[in-house]
Amino acid sequence: MSMTHTTGEPTQPTGAPPSLQVRLALYRRMVELRLFEKRVYDVFLQGLVKGTTHLSLGEEAISAAYGEAMRKDDWTFATYRGHAHTLSRGVPMAPIMAELMGRRGGLMAGKGGSMHLTSVEHGMMGSYAIVGAHLPIANGAAFSAKYRKSGQVAVCFFGDGTTNIGAFHEALNFAAVWKLPIVFVCENNLYMEYTAISAVTAVEHPAADRAGAYGLERILVDGNDADAMYETAARTLERARSGEGPSLVEALTYRHAGHSRADPGKYRPDHEVAEWMKRDPIDVYRARLLSQGVEASVLEQIDRDVAAAVDVATEVAKASPPPGEDLIMKDLWSDGSSTWRN
Amino acid sequence: MAELSLREAVGRAIAQEMRRDPNVIFMGEDVAAAGGVFKATVGLLEEFGPERVIDTPISEQAILGAIMGASMTGLRPIAEIMYSDFFAVCWDLVVNQMAKTRYMTNGQVSLPLVMKTGNGGGLRFGAQHSQSIENWAMAVPGIKVVMPSTPRDLVGLFASSVRDDDPVVFLEQKALYATKGEVEDGEIVEPLGKAAIRRQGGDATIVTIGTMVPRALEAADRLQQVEGISCTVIDLRTLIPLDAACVLDTVSATGRLFTVEENPRVLGWGAEIASIVADEIFYDLDGPLVRIATPYIPLPAAGELEDKTIPSVDAIVETIRKRMG
Repeated sequence: MSMTHTTGEPTQPTGAPPSLQVRLALYRRMVELRLFEKRVYDVFLQGLVKGTTHLSLGEEAISAAYGEAMRKDDWTFATYRGHAHTLSRGVPMAPIMAELMGRRGGLMAGKGGSMHLTSVEHGMMGSYAIVGAHLPIANGAAFSAKYRKSGQVAVCFFGDGTTNIGAFHEALNFAAVWKLPIVFVCENNLYMEYTAISAVTAVEHPAADRAGAYGLERILVDGNDADAMYETAARTLERARSGEGPSLVEALTYRHAGHSRADPGKYRPDHEVAEWMKRDPIDVYRARLLSQGVEASVLEQIDRDVAAAVDVATEVAKASPPPGEDLIMKDLWSDGSSTWRN
Repeated sequence: MAELSLREAVGRAIAQEMRRDPNVIFMGEDVAAAGGVFKATVGLLEEFGPERVIDTPISEQAILGAIMGASMTGLRPIAEIMYSDFFAVCWDLVVNQMAKTRYMTNGQVSLPLVMKTGNGGGLRFGAQHSQSIENWAMAVPGIKVVMPSTPRDLVGLFASSVRDDDPVVFLEQKALYATKGEVEDGEIVEPLGKAAIRRQGGDATIVTIGTMVPRALEAADRLQQVEGISCTVIDLRTLIPLDAACVLDTVSATGRLFTVEENPRVLGWGAEIASIVADEIFYDLDGPLVRIATPYIPLPAAGELEDKTIPSVDAIVETIRKRMG
């Protein structure tokens, strides 16, 4: 099977679809990401989340697929748009919600915020809010895995806008030269922040069309098709784990919401939004599973279970007190202090 | 006991730590096969092999990202940024990533890494290869800043930097690479955050670091002989953590403080020292706090100009003589 293409069309999945167990897990995860982030939006409007949030609504299939396909000890590196990637590693909802609300029970006790979700025990090695910075950092983890022969793989997610910053190109060259066990996943949702990526990029496909420059296969995949994403994830992870080196995946997708909480996304034409809403990854997947014989009651039960879990997580987060002031001066240094002089 | 140049001490320091800990690796531009542009890392590739001593592309962001990711996941990496001026092209990794990650993650992530770099002027390299960036690094909470002035200190402070669980900027003064000093055999470890009193005197305290240490010592000798002014000279050795107690103790005793700094004057490290002294022992002072620093300009290349720009022995002597008068 090859996913190499020279046209702009993404590949269709070939071979057998994932097992029913995997497909139901993918469905559950996507519903979790969707309902969790819708709740984030609601509590933001209620004033319970300050600052900013960046939602992955509409892009759930990508992080869900990698989350299901990764080994428990693999590493995820994500961006400020990282709620979905964090949940996809199995991090519980309540501490994520509490972190967004700035509570003591937050994943980082309120010291990081929405854009820096990290849970090392789940292999979630950080959400990075400077575009491009985490590609070289993910390389370092992959270097470490290779040096220690641990078989671990680093997966690094980023948006289309990242493909035009220098760190992207430095990191891809570095990974290719050392054949590092890493997968770079570009979530191309067609817009950087407010500007279309196509308006400011020399090639049509900002990641896939650059793969050849680093001796890598051109991989373009429908990021709204959970089965295609899972197949791509399994294949690229296996390639990395078996010592064949890095992959650069461009997954085509679309944000249902704006760039961040303050953005209604009005720069996007109505017909384009409508077209992509028809390709909602969860709607598409639900219809496919039903058409292939999965009972509607099974999916409805998942929907109800996840909705209840989101309610519980929201209440747990709301009940958590604000962080204590004792945290302010802690953990600058490894001795737990922030002492810089005697 | 051997007499080593500071340049030779660099290779000795890296080898000491690589022999001790297989998780220590070293990467940078031209550091392996070529042995470094300053020939300070000759022989490391031969001893430790290409998996641990690594030539990289000219990609400073990729280099610092690689050591950050490696340090998060079990290694103790060392990277060389050839000239400290080049930190400007990868400063995001230092300032936004390394310095903040432990704090932002509520202590989940440790970054035991060292960024070694050739720092400072005096070699006629011009404005983009001569800067003293210690004040850049000091300005960011979360980065330790180390600058040895002797070959022995280089070995000992490097060992502590590698063994430290926090990110360290390790500044090697290019102008001192050829200077020599005694280095005893066996393992040498010097703690971070402990200044060295290089000379005792009762009239004034000179606080300095790096290339300015030998100049301050020579100036102090001349002031003693010619002017009868007796100076204590403190070599800070590390700026973060800062041995403020040593400074406060000696300035309390002498009543006068002079800082000698290679970094440009505005917001140089001496301003912080002067502020601490003014705040905490003002009534022990017998006169103004005086800073001797490079002026607020890029460094010129020609020797005649550069030597008038970075504090010289003559300039230190002249300033202290006038201000003590």
